[in-house]
Amino acid sequence: MVMTLEQPRFTYEPVNLSPSDYKSDVPPVWCPGCGDYGVLASFIKAIAELHIPREQLTIVSGIGCSSRFPAFVEAYGIHGTHGRALPIATGLKMARPDLIVVTVGGDGDAFSIGMGHLPHAIRRNIDITYIVMDNEIYGLTKGQPSPTSPIGIEKKASPYGTLDRPINPLQLALAAGATWVGRGFSSKPKELTELIKAAIQHKGFSFLQVISPCVTFYDTYDQFKAITKPLPAEHDPRDRASALKYAMDTQNFYLGLFYQEEGTTFDEGYAALRARVATPNYGVREIMNKYRR
Amino acid sequence: MPDHSLTVRVGGDSAAGGIVTTGEIFARIAAYAGLEVYTTRTIPAEIKGGHVMFQARIAPTEVWSQGDDLDMLVAFDQESVERYAALIRPGGILVYNANDSQAPTLENVTAYALPLNDLAKNINFQRGRNIIMIGALVKLFDLPRAVATAVIEKQLGRRKDLLEQNLLAFKTGYDYVEQHITATAPYRLQPRAGAEKEERLVVSGNQALAMGAIAAGCRFFAGYPITPASDIMEFLAAELPRVGGTMIQAEDEMAALAMVLGASYGGLRAMTATSGPGLALMQELLAHATMTEIPAVIVDVQRAGPSTGMPTKVTQGDLRMSVFGANDDAPRIVLAPVSVEDNFYQIINAFNLAEKYQVPVIFLSDQDMSVRVQTIPAFDLSRVQLEPRLLWDPNSGEKFQRYKDTPSGVSPMSLPGMKGGQYVAEGLEHNAEGAPNYDLQQRTINMEKRARKVRLAVQEVERLKLYERFGDDHAEIGIIGWGSTIGPVREAVEQARAEGIPVAVLYPKMLYPLSHSLIEEFIARRKAILVPELNYVGQLARMIQAEFWREVISFRQFGGIPFRTRDIFDEIKRVHASLHPARRQAPARQKTTPRRRVRR
Repeated sequence: MVMTLEQPRFTYEPVNLSPSDYKSDVPPVWCPGCGDYGVLASFIKAIAELHIPREQLTIVSGIGCSSRFPAFVEAYGIHGTHGRALPIATGLKMARPDLIVVTVGGDGDAFSIGMGHLPHAIRRNIDITYIVMDNEIYGLTKGQPSPTSPIGIEKKASPYGTLDRPINPLQLALAAGATWVGRGFSSKPKELTELIKAAIQHKGFSFLQVISPCVTFYDTYDQFKAITKPLPAEHDPRDRASALKYAMDTQNFYLGLFYQEEGTTFDEGYAALRARVATPNYGVREIMNKYRR
Repeated sequence: MPDHSLTVRVGGDSAAGGIVTTGEIFARIAAYAGLEVYTTRTIPAEIKGGHVMFQARIAPTEVWSQGDDLDMLVAFDQESVERYAALIRPGGILVYNANDSQAPTLENVTAYALPLNDLAKNINFQRGRNIIMIGALVKLFDLPRAVATAVIEKQLGRRKDLLEQNLLAFKTGYDYVEQHITATAPYRLQPRAGAEKEERLVVSGNQALAMGAIAAGCRFFAGYPITPASDIMEFLAAELPRVGGTMIQAEDEMAALAMVLGASYGGLRAMTATSGPGLALMQELLAHATMTEIPAVIVDVQRAGPSTGMPTKVTQGDLRMSVFGANDDAPRIVLAPVSVEDNFYQIINAFNLAEKYQVPVIFLSDQDMSVRVQTIPAFDLSRVQLEPRLLWDPNSGEKFQRYKDTPSGVSPMSLPGMKGGQYVAEGLEHNAEGAPNYDLQQRTINMEKRARKVRLAVQEVERLKLYERFGDDHAEIGIIGWGSTIGPVREAVEQARAEGIPVAVLYPKMLYPLSHSLIEEFIARRKAILVPELNYVGQLARMIQAEFWREVISFRQFGGIPFRTRDIFDEIKRVHASLHPARRQAPARQKTTPRRRVRR
C-alpha cells in the first residue's frame, strides 16, 4: 500500500463518474501489449477514484508514444513539442493554480531532449504530477537506444552496442530534491493506481517513474517481472538517504513510494509574494508616473 | 527637426565606472529642465573594463536622432580623445581629463582641461569623478543648478551617506568650470516657454514596452536573461506581482515560450522577451503555437549576430527569422515599433492581434531603441483598448469543436474549467475536435484556416494604422523602412526637402503579413524606392521585391550602430542625381540607374 501523508485537498466539487467516463472518443494507437495501456487504465481509475471533474484536469505531454496519452483521456490537454511538457505545464499551473495538472511522457522526452527542465521543475516544487512511462527505448522512431537503455544494448542506431551508461531516474529526482518520488510498473495495475492517486494528491512536484515495456522494440516484461518487488516495510518515505539507497540497489528493483516531504510549492510561494507586494489602486498609470520628469 | 540642438558624447573606460550613469543623469537633468533628450550608447559586452560611450542630443523641440557630429566631447581618458576627437564639429568643444589624457591639436576646436583625478582627490572621493563631470557639464550647458541637484538627490538619494559626497562632487565640478574654464556658458539651450510643465516621460524603449504590456493586460511573463532584452524581464519582475500577475525566470528560452503557451492556454495574456539567439531556440514552439492556435507575444530585441555576435550593438537582421522561421509553413504576425514611444502602443496592438487571431505575434524591437533613454509625451491611456479572445460559450448547447473551420479561420476557444469544453491543444495535424487526423481533406482545411487568419489580419493595418507615412506624397523618390531607422530618415527627408528634393516615406509596422494595398499604392507612384536597413542582405528589400515584383534600392549598413542622418541624406541625393543626371556632364559612361540594387 502506498502511504499518504495528508488527505485529498482539492477544492473542486467531487464528481461520481466511472472510469469509462474519462475515456475519450479517440482510440489509443499503441501496439497491442504496450505497457502504456496499463498506465492509461490505472490513470483513469485513479482520477475516477479521486472524483476529479473532467474539466478541472489538464494533461500535458511532449512527443513520443506515451505522449499521445492526452488525446485518450476526456479532459483538457496539450500535446506539446518534444521535451517541453514540463515548462508548458509549469506555465499553465502558475496561470491556473485551480487546475489539476498532470504531465506525461516517455524516457526520451524526459531524460534526453527535455532533461534540462526536470531539475528546474523539481527545484521550483511546482504543484504538478509527472508520470514518466519508461520503456528504455525510443519506440515512436522505431527502436533507438534511450537514456535509460542498459549499457551495451544493440539496436539499429547502436549496432555494436551502446557505450553510455543509463540514467537512474529515481536517483536523479531524489538528488535534485524532489518532494515526491515513486516507481510503478504497468503490469501491477492496482499498485500503480494507488501510486498515481498519491502522486496527484501530493502538494508539490511528484515524480512517478512507471516501467512500461515496449513489446515491439524492447520487450522487458519478463525481465522486470522477475526483479520487481515492493519496497520493504522498514523503509521510511521521509528518509531521503534510505530512498536513495533503495533507488540505487542493483540487485532488486523496488516499486512504491520512495520519498515524500512537505514543502512550499512555487504557486503558493508566488501567491504569497504577490500578496506581500500587491498595492491597492496600482496600475499602469501609477507605474508611468514614476517615469515622469 | 530641432532648429537648434546640442550633441554631447561622454567616453571612458567602464572599469573606471559611471560613464553611462554620467550620461544618464546629465540627460535627465536636461529633461527635467524642460528640454527634449535623445540618448544613445555603446557599451562593451564585458561587465567591467572596456570602452564605453554615451551620447545625448538635447534640444528645445523634439529630437529624432542621435546627431551625427559632436558639439562637445567629454573624454575621461586618452582612448576617448583618440576615438572621437575627429567627430567634433568645427567650433565645438573638447573637455578632457587632464590627469589621464592630452588634448590633441585640433583646428577650430576649443579644448578645456579638467583635472578630474585631482579634483576627486581634493574632496577625498575617488569614485565621484563622474558626478564632478556632471557638475562641469551643467555649468558648461548653463542648465539650472537647482534642477540638477534635485535630479541627483532623486537618482542617488537612496544612500544618504553618499548623497552629501555626491552633492559636494557636483559643486566641485560646477565651481571649477565657473572659475577656471569660462565664466559664461559656451552653450545655452532655452526650453520652450512652459515646456517643463508639459507631461513628459523619461524612459527607454524596453521600459515603454513593459509598461505597454501591463496596459495591454499582460499578466504572465516568462523569460531568460539575454542582452538587450533582460531589463524587460526585470521591469516585469518588479511590477507584474504588484498588479496580480506572474513573472518566471525560466531555465532557457524554450522553457520561457513553453510557459507562455501554457499560461495562455489557461487564459492569461502572456509574453516572453528575448533577443535573436533566444528567438532561434523558440522556433519549434512558435510553430506549435501556430498549429495549436494559442495566442502569444514574443518580443525580439534584435542585436547584431550571428551567434553571440555583437550583443550590445544594433541590427535589423532578425526579420527573416521572424517571418520565415520554423518548420513548414507556420504563419504568424510580425510587428515592429518605430520608436521608444511606439513600443508602448504597438505592444498593445501585438497582444490584441495575438488574442483576436489566436496566433503568435513576434514583436521586433532593436538594441538601439530598447536601451535608449528619451523624453517622450506621457502615454495616452485613453487610447488603450483591449480586444478579447473569442471564447466558447458553454451555454450555447452546441458540442464544442476547438478547431472548427470558420469564415475568418478563428474558432471559439474554451478554457480549462469550462465544463464540456475539454479538448487537446494538438501539435499533430488534427480534426475539428482536436483529435489527430492526417486526411488530405482535413489537412487542406486546416492549412487554409491557419493561413487565412493571418492573411485576414492585414485588415488591421488600416484599422489600427499600423504604419507611419510622411514626407511629400507626390515625390518620385520613396523610402520604405522599418523600425528604429525612422529617426535619421525623418531628419534626412527634411534636409532633402530644404534642398529641393521631395521624398515620400512609408514605415509599415506590420511586417508580416505585408499590406498589399498600402505598399502597392505607395510604390506605384514612385520612380525610385529606397529601402534603408541595418542588415547585410536587405531583408525587407528582398521581401518587397519578392511580393511586389518591384525593383528597389537596398541601402544597408551592418556595423552595429544606427544610421547617421548624413548617410541617409547622401543616399537620397545620390538617388535623386541618378534620376536627374546633370546635362552638361559627359553622357557616355554615365550610369543612370542606382548602384546598390538587390540582385534579382
